[in-house]
Amino acid sequence: MSDWLENHLPKAVLAPSFIAVLIFVYGFIAWTGWVSFTRSRLLPKYEIEGIIQYERLFASPRWDTAMNNLLLFGALFIVISMVLGLLLAILLDQQIRTEGVIRTIYLYPMALSMIVTGTAWKWILNPGLGIEAMVRGWGFESFTFDWLVNPDYAIYTVVLAGVWQSSGFVMALFLAGLRSVDEEIIKAAQVDGIPTWRIYSAIIIPSMAPIFLSAFIVLAHLAIKSFDLVIALTGGGPGYATDLPATYMYAMAFSRGDIGQAASSAMVMMGVVFAIVVPYLYSELRPRND
Amino acid sequence: MKRTAFAAVSAIALVAGTSAFAGPEAEVLHYWTSGGEAKSVAVLQEEFAANGGTWTDMPVAGGGGDAAMTALRARVLSGNAPTAVQLKGPAIQEWYEEGVLADISNVAEAEGWANVLPASIAAHMQCEGTWCAAPVNVHRVDWIWANAEILEANGITMPTTWDEFNTAADKLMAAGIIPLAHGGQAWQDATVFETVVLGLGGAEFYQQALVDLDPAALTSDTMLASFDQMRKLRGYVDGNFSGRDWNLATAMVMNGEAAFQIMGDWAKGEFLAAGKTPGTDFLCASTPGDGFLYNVDSFAMFDVAGDDKRAGQDLLAKLIVGQNFQKVFNMNKGSIPARDDVDLAAFDSCAHLSAKDMGASSDGGSLMPSYAHGMALRGAQAGAITDVVTAHFNSDMSSADAVKMLADAVANSY
Repeated sequence: MSDWLENHLPKAVLAPSFIAVLIFVYGFIAWTGWVSFTRSRLLPKYEIEGIIQYERLFASPRWDTAMNNLLLFGALFIVISMVLGLLLAILLDQQIRTEGVIRTIYLYPMALSMIVTGTAWKWILNPGLGIEAMVRGWGFESFTFDWLVNPDYAIYTVVLAGVWQSSGFVMALFLAGLRSVDEEIIKAAQVDGIPTWRIYSAIIIPSMAPIFLSAFIVLAHLAIKSFDLVIALTGGGPGYATDLPATYMYAMAFSRGDIGQAASSAMVMMGVVFAIVVPYLYSELRPRND
Repeated sequence: MKRTAFAAVSAIALVAGTSAFAGPEAEVLHYWTSGGEAKSVAVLQEEFAANGGTWTDMPVAGGGGDAAMTALRARVLSGNAPTAVQLKGPAIQEWYEEGVLADISNVAEAEGWANVLPASIAAHMQCEGTWCAAPVNVHRVDWIWANAEILEANGITMPTTWDEFNTAADKLMAAGIIPLAHGGQAWQDATVFETVVLGLGGAEFYQQALVDLDPAALTSDTMLASFDQMRKLRGYVDGNFSGRDWNLATAMVMNGEAAFQIMGDWAKGEFLAAGKTPGTDFLCASTPGDGFLYNVDSFAMFDVAGDDKRAGQDLLAKLIVGQNFQKVFNMNKGSIPARDDVDLAAFDSCAHLSAKDMGASSDGGSLMPSYAHGMALRGAQAGAITDVVTAHFNSDMSSADAVKMLADAVANSY
């Protein structure tokens, strides 16, 4: 009896969440996939109509903008957050006295919701209220910093706010990674008289490769599902210059009564996520040779 | 009074056979949650209760009704629709096509709605010949508001053509005043755009372009000229307009920072709340050109089970279109009654102008639904046009490109 329990208890305990995930994740992915092939408008319909929604999607200039923004925002957001996070982590790793305080300060933005971050930065970057108005108030009348209201630059303000929010978190990840490197190796290198920057570039950072991957995955999915930050910061504007796929999908599903179109954009977004996550899972799950 | 008695008697007669009848009941889904709006809907609630009804309030705030529509979708899909839902324009027809609306023709016919509502507004309330919704008010969208003091100081009168507007705006620019207070949100861009199309093209063109979506009209020279005018207007707004809320733009006119604002008559509420008087502090006029763009709020009646709910539905419909509610509600909200036989003595001068123009334009065939406020087109088509309008307004796109993009976007929205 106890043998049987031992064998089956984990399965029994996991079964409810397994079933829930099966229905609420994969079931609804399948449902969305189905709806994306229909002409659903206000309410979902189930007659398959072919790939019309995908044709509409890829013919839409707004979707084009959204995908370009995702690429631009995603790339800059991930790269800058990682570089900044790593830099902060290395600086914090120098056994400084107030590390605890500084670490908390840098981590705090992560505790804010994206809506708060977006709203705060909206005010800071608003030319009539924020930085531009302040610097002009100091007497520099020609100072201009109008990225937020400039359709060509507005997407960079989203990057700015996103990086501000997330780099502290990346720093914490890297800091943990730095601390996990074997102390002995570092000491040996120091004994050999290797300069500190070489220790970092040749020993510590390469041994943190898994951390880079984790940070990348976390940031990438944050970027792809980014929604609230854009809504709070720019509302997708000026025009739809800062639209992202998630805001596009929301507009179609909830403002325009175009569920089929929303479903097809959701499927494309999922495709993007898969393109990033599947290689990661593959590399994580494959049997180790060594 | 006689009618009330009759309705009460007929309601009782209708349900005499069922024992479970507990009086008229209505669950009302709406998104009137802000101060003035909530007050307005409370009027209806009180009147409903005074007639023996039980009102279940279901306010869903957020997203200009998006959140309410999401709630509605969930309720309808689960087979438990609310009695009445704040819906408007083509959305009523869209829900009708889903087969979930009720028929309230008995009330509409008993109350003679067809005789008191302007024909084009009545058409929105009918689903294939039967009545399925009750109109609450008429907002006029094509208003231009002005700061009276600024206009006087610069010797400007209210413009009646867009050319006059441009001349006045250039003069104001030279005087260092922002000519046009505007908020750079897509729906506000669309609001200005539709008044430009109406002003430059006239009602017939407006109908072809923004209601019938005739490709020839969408790619016509008049449309090109409309985008040219939009580009001009872009030069008349201040540099910081992106994302600004409409009421902040209204405040700019109020405080003398800007001269004009193009916005529906809900802007009047802001002026009045600040203690300003129409005619002396601020001026109201229809936007340059002829015609009338309406935005009519209404309640669509959903198919519900149970005699008490159906009785509630009928009572609600009757009260909504009733003279008393139309008067009290619209004085609170800043709009005008949808029916044309309400005594307007207590309304302000802007409302009088609005009511007069509505009657005249209804007779002259220039009473047009507002596309920017979801009265003329379905969500997908209206959204496609707004995308182009806002992209053009917020970039340096040429009018020719915008016209081409407009035709493509509309074709792609079906």
